[in-house]
Amino acid sequence: MSGLTIHDRPNSYIGRSVSRPNIRRLVEGKGRFTDDMSLPRMLFAAFLRSPYAHAEIVTIDTSAAEAAPGVVRVVTGKEMADVCSPWIGVLSHLEGLKSQPQYALPIEKATWQGEAVVAVVAETRAQAEDAVELVEVEWNELPVVADMEMALDEATHVIHSDLGDNLAWQREFATDGIDAVFEAADQVVEETFHFGRHTGVTLEARSILSDYDSSEEQLTVYLATQTPHMMQTLFAKHMGLEDHRVRVISGDVGGAFGIKVHSYADEYATVALSIMLKRPVKFIADRLESFTNDIHARDHRITARMAVSQDGEIQAIDYDDVTGVGPYSVYPRTSGIEANQVVNMTGAQYACPNYRARTNVVFQNKTPMCQYRAVGHPILTALTEGLVDKAADAIGMDPVDIRRKNLLPDDSYPRKSPTGMLFEQLSHQESLEKIVQMMDYEMLRKEQGKLRDQGVYRGIGIATFIEVTNPSAMFYGIGGAPISAQDGATIRLDAKGNIIVQTGVTEQGQGTEAVIAQVAATALGVTMDKIKVLTGDTDITPCGGGTWASRAAGVGGEAAAQAGHALRQRILEVAAIMLQADAGTLDIQENVIVDVADGRERISLAEVGRVAYYRPDTLPKDFQSELMVTRHYVPKDYPFAFTNGVQASYLEVDPATGIVTLLNHWVVEDCGTVINPQLVDEQIRGGVVQGIGGALYEECLYSPEGQLLNGNMADYLVPMAGEMPDIQVAHVESRTADSELGAKGAGEAGTAGAPGVIMNAINDALKPLNARVTRQPFTPERILQALKTV
Amino acid sequence: MDKAVQVSMSVNSEAVNRTVEPRQSLADFIRNELELTGTHVGCEHGVCGACTVRLDGQIVRGCLTLAVQADGCTVETIEGLTESGEIADLQNAFVTRNAAQCGFCTPGMLLTAAELLAADPGASREEIRKHISGNYCRCTGYQAVVDAIESTARNRLGEAS
Amino acid sequence: MKPAPFAYEKPGTMAELFGLLAEHGADAAILAGGQSLMATMNMRLSAPEILVDINGLKELSGISVSEDKLSIGALTRHCDVASSEDVAARVPLIHLAMPYVAHAAIRNRGTFGGSVALADPASEIPACMVCLDGEIEITGAMGVRCVPATTYFKGLYETDLQEGEIVTAVHVPVLGDGERHAFDEITRRHGDYAMAGLAASASVSGTTLLNVRLAYFGVAGTPVLAIKAGAALEGTINDSCISAAQNALDSDLDPFDDIGCSAATKLHLAKVLLDRVVRRLVAVQ
Repeated sequence: MSGLTIHDRPNSYIGRSVSRPNIRRLVEGKGRFTDDMSLPRMLFAAFLRSPYAHAEIVTIDTSAAEAAPGVVRVVTGKEMADVCSPWIGVLSHLEGLKSQPQYALPIEKATWQGEAVVAVVAETRAQAEDAVELVEVEWNELPVVADMEMALDEATHVIHSDLGDNLAWQREFATDGIDAVFEAADQVVEETFHFGRHTGVTLEARSILSDYDSSEEQLTVYLATQTPHMMQTLFAKHMGLEDHRVRVISGDVGGAFGIKVHSYADEYATVALSIMLKRPVKFIADRLESFTNDIHARDHRITARMAVSQDGEIQAIDYDDVTGVGPYSVYPRTSGIEANQVVNMTGAQYACPNYRARTNVVFQNKTPMCQYRAVGHPILTALTEGLVDKAADAIGMDPVDIRRKNLLPDDSYPRKSPTGMLFEQLSHQESLEKIVQMMDYEMLRKEQGKLRDQGVYRGIGIATFIEVTNPSAMFYGIGGAPISAQDGATIRLDAKGNIIVQTGVTEQGQGTEAVIAQVAATALGVTMDKIKVLTGDTDITPCGGGTWASRAAGVGGEAAAQAGHALRQRILEVAAIMLQADAGTLDIQENVIVDVADGRERISLAEVGRVAYYRPDTLPKDFQSELMVTRHYVPKDYPFAFTNGVQASYLEVDPATGIVTLLNHWVVEDCGTVINPQLVDEQIRGGVVQGIGGALYEECLYSPEGQLLNGNMADYLVPMAGEMPDIQVAHVESRTADSELGAKGAGEAGTAGAPGVIMNAINDALKPLNARVTRQPFTPERILQALKTV
Repeated sequence: MDKAVQVSMSVNSEAVNRTVEPRQSLADFIRNELELTGTHVGCEHGVCGACTVRLDGQIVRGCLTLAVQADGCTVETIEGLTESGEIADLQNAFVTRNAAQCGFCTPGMLLTAAELLAADPGASREEIRKHISGNYCRCTGYQAVVDAIESTARNRLGEAS
Repeated sequence: MKPAPFAYEKPGTMAELFGLLAEHGADAAILAGGQSLMATMNMRLSAPEILVDINGLKELSGISVSEDKLSIGALTRHCDVASSEDVAARVPLIHLAMPYVAHAAIRNRGTFGGSVALADPASEIPACMVCLDGEIEITGAMGVRCVPATTYFKGLYETDLQEGEIVTAVHVPVLGDGERHAFDEITRRHGDYAMAGLAASASVSGTTLLNVRLAYFGVAGTPVLAIKAGAALEGTINDSCISAAQNALDSDLDPFDDIGCSAATKLHLAKVLLDRVVRRLVAVQ
């Protein structure tokens, strides 16, 4: 071993924008998405879904549906429960979190509009849908809990009477003496923030094809998921199978963003149907089913205040949060995590010692809520940064200056937050200075002032943030969930000198396969074209957590680095014997064994492979080549690799129409080692635009009866090309010392910061008009209402 | 009532004869009957653009067009455009610029962009953004897509002049 | 979702078409561009038993101009209307409106007559027809009749079209001497249905307007001709008459609440549009 770290390897791919090896097939229409799969004797499932938000299932008559053309089976909740056991979405470390057992198909009552109640399996999807229309259900409507603010009122109906009330979970945190700080403060600013309930709208809907072979008791599930191993364990558990009898294969996945990291009742039902029928059953959620069944996120109301001294010192933050998570806590990640993140992280980038947070997570009859890209961070960033801007305004301080004054110094790390979060190394100050330069803050302020005089209202927003990535078992495993924090990579050399990498992390377009290939190629000393990366198959990849919480590069990448180093060493041992040299004097560069000393080429990797596999007789008797290596990695020194960054927005508000035009957007982000600058930048941009979606467009609108009013793509608006700005991205690199690679996650930072920065920019634009908005999304109507125009 | 209908059409320059149910969309026909799975179905109500294909030389929503309506027509999908090399430059630009992430919207995006490039290789960034504004992409934030289309347009103009 | 099953017929002649419509009555739906119909059928919000595809009736396509009017065949695709030089030169209002109609792939397939027949309250085309005081040509087994756009649009998705009839063309007067058109709408995203929109025409002389016609869409079940506001704009345009016209909209319009856009907001946006569009009419060209 030459002793070089991955950063010092010759011909390193670390830090290079190489193209993704798997992108070519996507641009040629040769992707392999779950719905592209067909199996012999495949059947199709469709579901009768509850038209009511809350209703007792009195009777179900399936006779007409069973007689319909092409129908193979109609299944209700009772029969389903014989095959698939119920689950409860709780985690022991979220103390007090409660939920009701949830069935693949409910037996007694439906608790949200769109919940699957009866399954129909037929020869085509269209026939299954025809038969669904023939299923007759007698419903008894029950009182609907729609408004989360009323969920805990005495008079409000309790959704699950066994639980006693509609409170899923509560958490309070307070530092000592905080009330006195507020009483003594020069200024206290208060604000109530509303965060609209929104959803992921993955362009590929949730997709599953389940196949059960009773002869081998083998269940094979093709599933659009971020977490094949977790789903393997869950399907096995609830179908009463051993894990090794379940194989989950995840091919190309058409967008995930956290939507596809959860387990869904209709997916368990599809698996159970394939077991019942011993035939492949496919279920592709249609777009209407997606809107009422893909998890929702963000629905929070937060009332907050901040104490600040006249010279700009942020002294205390205090808030009260309520969030409505639907009728069940989602399994297995639970629906308490988003609120928990907000408690843990609010204000954590500031030197503010006094902090109090209270959150109530309540049940209601709406689509279940759970973790979605940047979990909690868009909320806590908008909350924190909205208060900071308001505090700055109250004391007449510039928004950049108040941040300069209060952001924790970069040389003050490592440190612990008031809530006990352990931060290794963050770079708020450097990031802030960088973005101020990038955007030419002073020039923009001058331009803004000049234009205001002409009746043009432009706003400048700044929002700093911290984002949690690379979680250890402290996130889920400690609470009892079968979610792996560690990840593995198996790397082997084939007889022709090629490298095959199997990894437990998965690809949904972020570039996981490219990054794993770059790391492996660098660690080994081979060129990218020699590498093939296999992901998304529980039968062939090492057990791992998959891709979520921006962990693919930081955790999966480190495993690949270590496996690569180890395999290189093994290869060099073989080469050393062949060359009668000391392995320590050899290295691999560009697929060739070379002398470390002078770079002289000795033999090719292919020659090593040939000898190891086909001519082992030429190697010493007491030597056995082992050219396949597995290494696992989990962060150990820090429970999470926190990243940080800052975003800035420049936009224009038309006070006549309330329309916001985005003019420019900047991001400075510190995700540690940047393995592939292009991929990181595109993660940031995509994330920003998803965050802008929440800020300007996306909201699941419900009637008081709990009916989703805009559950289609025409009425639920997401960002489109016409309105999005170009986004400038730059980096600061504070590597984590918890791994050799030093990479932290980058997938969520864009989404974390965007809503807050857009809010601050809009409010900056509206300032001369004495208007403010704090209810997301900031629709034209809400802006006009703030202006008191309507 | 819903009796099957005979259709004949040219799909990616190959003659296709099939019997289809009237209710089958062109997108489902292409995917399920012809097994050309590069055309994706994202919403089935004409909004997302993932099912965009060419019908008689113009882009249409595959989910809002019936297979029977393509009788006697010429249909082109991403597979056909790839095979012919017509948009090889655009595809290369998408690869180089990482203008596809999950890739689900990509075939529809490419067909949509190809129509603009053919009609107006001088299109501005803003015009490009408008033209693709009927195609959802949830991954990229669109900038890389616009960059890739713009660079292809500039290259084509350069070659033409 | 997939549509409920239906039968499909594609008549080759008008006679065949009317035979099918007579045979199937209300069970039949006309398939033209299908850009709205297929979307509702795919969601099983509508389930006609038979689709009568009129795309084989080539005589229904095309744009023609006579001395005083321009005719657009019902099957003419939006893209062909958008690129028509005749439309641009003779009826600029329609040319101005077309880029706002959905997106490229939809415009390639959607038809002008289909928009008129469907009468979506947020659609641009019905408002243009009303503003231009155009006529809808309706054909049935009994013959052809022309209905003024101002009486054709009757209510939410409700028109003068009777069972067994189809829209075959629209006829609009060509631009008169001194006549100008302007069009604008307010959407949250490019190509979306408008929160409010305005198609306007007037005879313009300097800053003086005559024969002002303001047709709003997206604010009621049908396009609304704002008569009082139009009257308030007759004469020399200045801030005070614009303001008077805006006030007149309070009685001209009675908007409905939409998802995410209240009646009050729609009324306000209608006033904003009035200001912008009228100033465009009198802007020096």
